[in-house]
Amino acid sequence: MNDMRPIEMQHWFTIGRLSDIPRRGARQVILPRGPIAVFRTQTDEVYAIEDRCPHKGGPLSQGIVHDGAVTCPLHNWVIDLQTGNAMGADQGCVRTYRTRTDENGLVSVSLAGPAG
Amino acid sequence: MARKLVVIGNGMAPGRALERLLEQAPDAYEITIFNAEPRVNYDRIMLSPVLSGEKAYEDILIHDDVWYADHGITLKKGCKAVGIDREAKTVAGADGSVVPYDKLLVATGSSPFIIPVPGKDLEGVLTYRDLDDVEAMLAAADKGASAVVIGGGLLGLEAAAGLKERGMDVTVLHLMPTLMERQLDAAAGYLLERAIEARGIKVVTGANTHEIVGDTRVEGVRLDDGAEIPADIVVMAVGIRPNADLARQAGLEVNRGIVVNDAMQTSDPDILAVGECVEHRGHCYGLVAPLYEMAKVVAERLLDKEAAYQGSVTSTRLKVTGIDLFSAGDFSEGKDREEIVLRDAVGGIYKRLVIRDDRLIGIVLYGDTKDGAWFFQLMKDGTPIDEMRETLIFGQNYAGGTPLDPTAAVAALPDDAEICGCNGVCKSKIVGAITEHGLTSLDGVRARTKASASCGSCTGLVEQLMAMTLGDGFTPDAVQPMCGCTDLGHDDVRRLIVAKELKSIPAVMQELEWKTSCGCAKCRPALNFYLIADWPGEYQDDYQSRFINERVHANIQKDGTYSVVPRMWGGMTSSAELRAIADVVDKFGIPTVKVTGGQRIDLLGVPKEDLPAVWADLNAAGMVSGHAYAKGLRTVKTCVGTDWCRFGTQDSTGLGVKIEKMMWGSWTPHKVKMAVSGCPRNCAEATCKDFGVVCVDSGYELHVGGAAGMHIKGTEVLCTVATEAEALEYCAAVVQLYREQGRYLERIYKWMDRVGLAAIREQVVEDAEKRTALFEKFLYSQRFAQKDPWAERVAGKDAHEFTPMNRIAMREAAE
Ligand SMILES: Cc1cc2nc3c(=O)[nH]c(=O)nc-3n(C[C@H](O)[C@H](O)[C@H](O)COP(=O)(O)OP(=O)(O)OC[C@H]3O[C@@H](n4cnc5c(N)ncnc54)[C@H](O)[C@@H]3O)c2cc1C
Ligand code: SF4
Ligand code: SF4
Ligand code: FES
Repeated sequence: MNDMRPIEMQHWFTIGRLSDIPRRGARQVILPRGPIAVFRTQTDEVYAIEDRCPHKGGPLSQGIVHDGAVTCPLHNWVIDLQTGNAMGADQGCVRTYRTRTDENGLVSVSLAGPAG
Repeated sequence: MARKLVVIGNGMAPGRALERLLEQAPDAYEITIFNAEPRVNYDRIMLSPVLSGEKAYEDILIHDDVWYADHGITLKKGCKAVGIDREAKTVAGADGSVVPYDKLLVATGSSPFIIPVPGKDLEGVLTYRDLDDVEAMLAAADKGASAVVIGGGLLGLEAAAGLKERGMDVTVLHLMPTLMERQLDAAAGYLLERAIEARGIKVVTGANTHEIVGDTRVEGVRLDDGAEIPADIVVMAVGIRPNADLARQAGLEVNRGIVVNDAMQTSDPDILAVGECVEHRGHCYGLVAPLYEMAKVVAERLLDKEAAYQGSVTSTRLKVTGIDLFSAGDFSEGKDREEIVLRDAVGGIYKRLVIRDDRLIGIVLYGDTKDGAWFFQLMKDGTPIDEMRETLIFGQNYAGGTPLDPTAAVAALPDDAEICGCNGVCKSKIVGAITEHGLTSLDGVRARTKASASCGSCTGLVEQLMAMTLGDGFTPDAVQPMCGCTDLGHDDVRRLIVAKELKSIPAVMQELEWKTSCGCAKCRPALNFYLIADWPGEYQDDYQSRFINERVHANIQKDGTYSVVPRMWGGMTSSAELRAIADVVDKFGIPTVKVTGGQRIDLLGVPKEDLPAVWADLNAAGMVSGHAYAKGLRTVKTCVGTDWCRFGTQDSTGLGVKIEKMMWGSWTPHKVKMAVSGCPRNCAEATCKDFGVVCVDSGYELHVGGAAGMHIKGTEVLCTVATEAEALEYCAAVVQLYREQGRYLERIYKWMDRVGLAAIREQVVEDAEKRTALFEKFLYSQRFAQKDPWAERVAGKDAHEFTPMNRIAMREAAE
């Protein structure tokens, strides 16, 4: 099969409940092409990004979440959860995924294009 | 001939729609209303004043019996509609009646959500929705009994305040860490919690209801953590659900609520719906303002006029007398947003405005809500705020005016204005002291006048007074701020945590006027440590503010796997332990096993998911966490001393084990490594440790402040003591002093450089009373710290840390 197809397709996957993710925390969702990190901020915003720091591949899901950003556990780069860009002086970017939370608290991610 | 209109439900939404309709065309319809509640239309949002006794039911009526009679409306009180026949266009009532319609308006509102716990059906478990609920609560309140309110949202807090007014003993249980988290951010939620508690209502956050206990009647509520709170009534106020069953049975399109278009029509064009039961463009509303906007459109449409409902922006106010709170819009964070935060800790005021693309999109006001309406209007109108940005947060009065220069503002204060509330120091006294004594530093002012010497919240004002008086001659003390979130240095933050009795991270951020809403990766771990160190047993550890290693009790490695180091007391192990370790290595295919510099065995390359299972096996062999990951006690290295060595003077191994048993689990500003050597040959390298003991013939030489990392530093000798017991006491006292004074991530040697060895000697060696106090404080805090974190996690704590949230297989992902 063509492994690249789902990336291009707009498709939503339900991955669990909002309450499964701690506030100011993250959980991993494992995909065949590698894990993504799904974050929940203090104010219940949900963001999903590739779980690989643009610096040296640190698992961003293990970092400290503050406001709309995460600090990488390996060397403290700060990544903006909405854009996937490294903040401050650091240069780099991770892939972002769109998410949505329905009124019952079910969280889905779109494995299609980057977050709008 | 008039057309026939049937209305199901008689709440505020259809009430408003009928008013609008009748104003325009009093005779257009012959109207019949089915109302499950046995009464007329009343103002539901005023139930709380009825509960508290500020109002009576008669005061909150919207339409009395005369109104229905005057308009020729048939109101079927206490008669539920039980079926809609869309073919025949009739509605069947519970009394057997069948009423035909040309147009039908469904307005069934919503019903309270009942959490499905055991005991939910017991007598005395109530909801908060209508007058019957209020009457049931009042009946119980008369007995002067106790109440538990489940839910710390708008309704729950109003219920709690009302019941308290009636003399009940009230506890609010809230699942989330802060109150009204849907409307408020954590800082405002904290202020609210304090205000609620100040009126004698107990608040338990993070409370998960496990069970409601009692035989036939409620007797109490049991939480997941086992705590039980006695209760004569339990009020559930955890949320509402649109009442859409009837519509669903009639085959109308229903998602969460009854789906309507912009014309307020359901999937059947002759059936309209209005109020909390509807879902419009994916939204269900729970406040009256949007329902009234819908009602307007319904009335027009019933008269076949053009009108469209386009959704609403809502705002919330809490109706508890004496608490001012307003929130509206979207106040989540995001890169495209900016925020303006104003915190006035003394006045108990907190304001936060969220701005995107030069427009206001979110508002949280606490303590001072008088500008709520103005902000809300700016938000709804999408008014560009560029022009008034500088003064926006100060409200309408300042809008458009010239921005305030803070020094000018202080200059404008009268001479007798009080600057320091704690010590009652006024402006003229401070200015006088500065000129008279030629003071140029904040410390000088503090020493002379006491201003800003206590809680420190007036420091900014005092500095502005100095700037005003001294002009260019004033350079503020260069304190290195903790991080970009505050101007305060570590020492000030530590002092204020104690002085102001701040016991949570939101409390610190609120009271000390943090500039960000939830800190950063620098300040949060530091605050978490300070709070743990200062409030043992009281402070609830915030795991989300810990670095990953301390959160999952293992060391993250560069490939994202973890290393596991079991504790080996004083570096001692046994064949049984080694065998168990070997078994774990085989069973989990652990790639690397290494001996560490601190005499421990390190198992490297364990995937996160395997950690609990690895620990379970190590626990089973009697081993616990070695805290190799912690800003805390790591290891106590020992030599073999008198047990085996021909030079040994004391039992260095035994003392090392005792120290480790006393110290393990303690959290410290940075890692702490120790060692005990049996004689001055110092085989355990005790003179480059944070704390070291070198045994000598006469007793124990105690060393502090060594390091052998990026910096190499030999220890200084603190003193020599005669007995093991003293060695233990001094060791704990030094570490406790470091816990109280050290800045986060400051090793012991750096702390010692800063405060001086003399100061440590003074407090630990010369002042016996202080030493004992430090020792006791340390032992007390250890009562809460010495729990094996591995065993807790093997038992299921923080299970979410160790499993992915989900796995999506390729096949599924390709569909
Ligand atoms: C204590 C309290 C305080 C509140 N405070 C505020 C506030 O400060 N600000 C604010 O904006 N909002 C507040 N609200 C919310 C507000 O009251 C509601 O949004 C509003 O009343 C909903 O109106 P409604 O007409 O849609 O539904 P409801 O008022 O719920 O009316 C629905 C009616 O339909 C009846 N019914 C249901 N099914 C049937 C059937 N099959 N046949 C016949 N009748 C049926 C029900 O018995 C009920 O009387 C508060 C609510 C409560 C309970
Ligand atoms: S430090 Fe002294 S007692 Fe300990 S092993 Fe070395 S020589 Fe022996
Ligand atoms: S010395 Fe450097 S490379 Fe080696 S373990 Fe320590 S930090 Fe890592
Ligand atoms: S890998 Fe993320 S900061 Fe280095």
